[in-house]
Amino acid sequence: MTTKPTVSKAELAEQFRSFIDPDYVITDSETMKPYECDGLSMYCEMPLLVVLPETVEQVQRVMRICNEHKVPVVARGAGTGLSAGAMPHKEGVVLSLAKFNRILEIDPLARTARLQPGVRNLAISEEAAQYGLYYGPDPSSQIACTIGGNVAENSGGVHCLKYGLTVHNLHSVEMVTAEGDVVTVGSDALDVCGMDLLALMTGSEGLLGVVTEVKVKLLPKPEVARVVMAGFDSVQNGGDAVGGVISHGIIPGGLEMMDSHAIVAADDFAKAGYPREAKALLLCEVDGTVEEVDEHIAQAEEVFRKFGATSVRTSESEEERALLWKGRKSAFPAVGRISPDYYCMDGTIPRRELANVLLRMEEMSEEFGLRVANVFHAGDGNLHPLILFDSNVPGEFERTEDFGSSILRLCVEVGGCITGEHGVGVEKIRQMAVQFSDNELQQFHDVKAAFDPAGILNPGKGVPALKFCQEYRSLEHKQHKHEPTEAAHG
Amino acid sequence: MADISKQLTEQVIAARDGGHKLNIVGGGTKAFMGRTADPDAGTLSVGEHSGIVEYHPVELVLTVRAGTPLSDIEAALAEHGQALHFEPPRLGPEATIGGTLATNLSGPARPWTGSVRDQVLGVRLLNGKGEHLRFGGQVMKNVAGYDVSRLQAGAMGTLGVMTEISLKVMPKPAASMTLVQDMAMDEVIHYMNSRSAEPKPITGACWVGGKVYLRLSGAKSAVEATAQKWSGEVLEQGDEFWQQVQDLKHEFFAGNDVPLWRFSVGSTAANPALDGNWFIDWAGAQRWYRGAGELSDMEPLARAAGGQVSLFRGGDRNGEVMHHQPEALKAIQRRVKNSFDPDNIFNPGRLYSWL
Repeated sequence: MTTKPTVSKAELAEQFRSFIDPDYVITDSETMKPYECDGLSMYCEMPLLVVLPETVEQVQRVMRICNEHKVPVVARGAGTGLSAGAMPHKEGVVLSLAKFNRILEIDPLARTARLQPGVRNLAISEEAAQYGLYYGPDPSSQIACTIGGNVAENSGGVHCLKYGLTVHNLHSVEMVTAEGDVVTVGSDALDVCGMDLLALMTGSEGLLGVVTEVKVKLLPKPEVARVVMAGFDSVQNGGDAVGGVISHGIIPGGLEMMDSHAIVAADDFAKAGYPREAKALLLCEVDGTVEEVDEHIAQAEEVFRKFGATSVRTSESEEERALLWKGRKSAFPAVGRISPDYYCMDGTIPRRELANVLLRMEEMSEEFGLRVANVFHAGDGNLHPLILFDSNVPGEFERTEDFGSSILRLCVEVGGCITGEHGVGVEKIRQMAVQFSDNELQQFHDVKAAFDPAGILNPGKGVPALKFCQEYRSLEHKQHKHEPTEAAHG
Repeated sequence: MADISKQLTEQVIAARDGGHKLNIVGGGTKAFMGRTADPDAGTLSVGEHSGIVEYHPVELVLTVRAGTPLSDIEAALAEHGQALHFEPPRLGPEATIGGTLATNLSGPARPWTGSVRDQVLGVRLLNGKGEHLRFGGQVMKNVAGYDVSRLQAGAMGTLGVMTEISLKVMPKPAASMTLVQDMAMDEVIHYMNSRSAEPKPITGACWVGGKVYLRLSGAKSAVEATAQKWSGEVLEQGDEFWQQVQDLKHEFFAGNDVPLWRFSVGSTAANPALDGNWFIDWAGAQRWYRGAGELSDMEPLARAAGGQVSLFRGGDRNGEVMHHQPEALKAIQRRVKNSFDPDNIFNPGRLYSWL
């Protein structure tokens, strides 16, 4: 729903300045510039204005004013998102939660942390470390990304198979509704009566409410973690080995796979001693008590050998463990070194389809004339193809998008989904029409309206307007048949 | 073992066209929960809509029809050394997975391994317009669209008829052991939480009859090493004990004369000052109370403990049985209900009088 705002920029700014420090009501384009995009910088838009409230009451007043005048509101944390979910609306307000950056309370006995939404993900674990606790979900942007954004995106990381996503690690969320009410969904307990609105809020990409406080669960830090690295001469063997470990009843803390392009790039960058000739590399981290880890590491090594590993190496010290992870953790910047630009995709597939999907991706790579490297959260099926391109070559970004779109379609086709952890935002809004029917999308719109009757929260993101879906589907279908756009030949 | 989704769809459309209401029934083992079912509503039986649709042990994902009995699911998983880690209470042999998700019922391992809500990956749902919709999926990470699947947990069928459910399943622990010792109620909250804060393979912590029971499960070596370090006697019939807790078959739960209240609260909160019989589970996060009383008297106690209370079984079931909702959340839930079920067909008044 997009209705024209009924207030001018100047009037809006004046109203905000009556209760918010005028320095924090930004209207000039130079100061607003850093807000024009999130981590997916190909998608930019300048907002009407940016506001940085400092209290929940100020957030409420902003929402009431915007709701009254039908002004779009885009809530923003650190802006590290990768789907343009925090891209501004040109007629709307960017509501930055950057001032809400305090850790309010850590309760070591209850194993909880009460946080303002602008607290950085990594800062939670750093603060909790003194009690032997940590916060589970660890998206790769964890140095910078904030917990409010993590709630909005239902962020994951490398430990999801064992420790879950954001939705599994929350007690409660305090939020300001589109109409300006403050409500708490969830509680200090493990469930509440009535509908699970906390689940609905988590991953809702700022379309249902503005998060103003979060209470998260903390976990006891495992006594020990060790990682086994195994190289394979085929993706199929590597994929089968993952299944082998799980069939053995082992749930690794982290289980990552890289393809040959990623292995070489990461090893060049991190000098981690990866088997450079391998077609697939697995990093399998087991954590828990000393006894459990010893038992499971021995079993994992055996399984990898049984499934044809060409090399197996187990970390014997914390330094060695850190080194083996360093390559994987720097895979994105490493790939960045071998190409002027890269585009990180995010789809999920049933693990058994891995070899098939990678093979078809290789074929597409040739058709589109673009290289692709793959890193894969193998434990939970979340694939991150990195498409390499050069934005200075006319048409190459468009071709990259088409390639990415074909990959997502493939994910849906094999029984997976279009986004595992990055969210839909603007980026994947077309592919929503591939994964969902019109009735399903309409149900999403109706849920949205239940929270936000005027449709002011992050409009144009997450769920496509039905009138465009038919067009999207035919477009997607065309790409699916591997008909690269004209630019691919040019 | 059949797919009767077409028939279910027709029944929903007929109800809508005829202006009727429907009470959704699976195995019928949870009829005592929630408010009294609307006597004027017809019955929509989902029990026959059963069977495993897809199960890939290596993927740790199971898709079943909503009317599938828990026992069938557990048997199929056991063949591959796997289990439902949320330990669903089997309130009768007919108990189904659909009812388990609708009531969000999970057993003693819940604080450590997650609830049924946590393990659900996707659902197929018939909404009040008779549309058969699919949300979530069969993969562990999926953030496309709102999490309508988990929204069903605890909604008691007020949003639609679940027809298919995909769940994450996990390997059965290789070993488990139960430690028991005497402990007073005023010490046990701190004790259970301190143990939970240690990086040990704990998967159960409850207190009943003046004794605290801790369950360890996981790799055999880890279970044994922890048991040696921690105090308490090994309970020989440990598995049996936890099954009784899981299925609410422990003697504490026996009899229907005295109402059973469920306090879902902060795990470290002081116990509500109510004389009577308590069963503390989930390391303090779930506390059962047997005694007469009014919901309005219980609510301030639950709130003070950081949570909520519901009248789980017995007592007056024509009044509200769930902790009351603040106005703003009431408004949102009414609108959410309306978005799925605009003609208010499904389980009217079962969760709250106003839903």
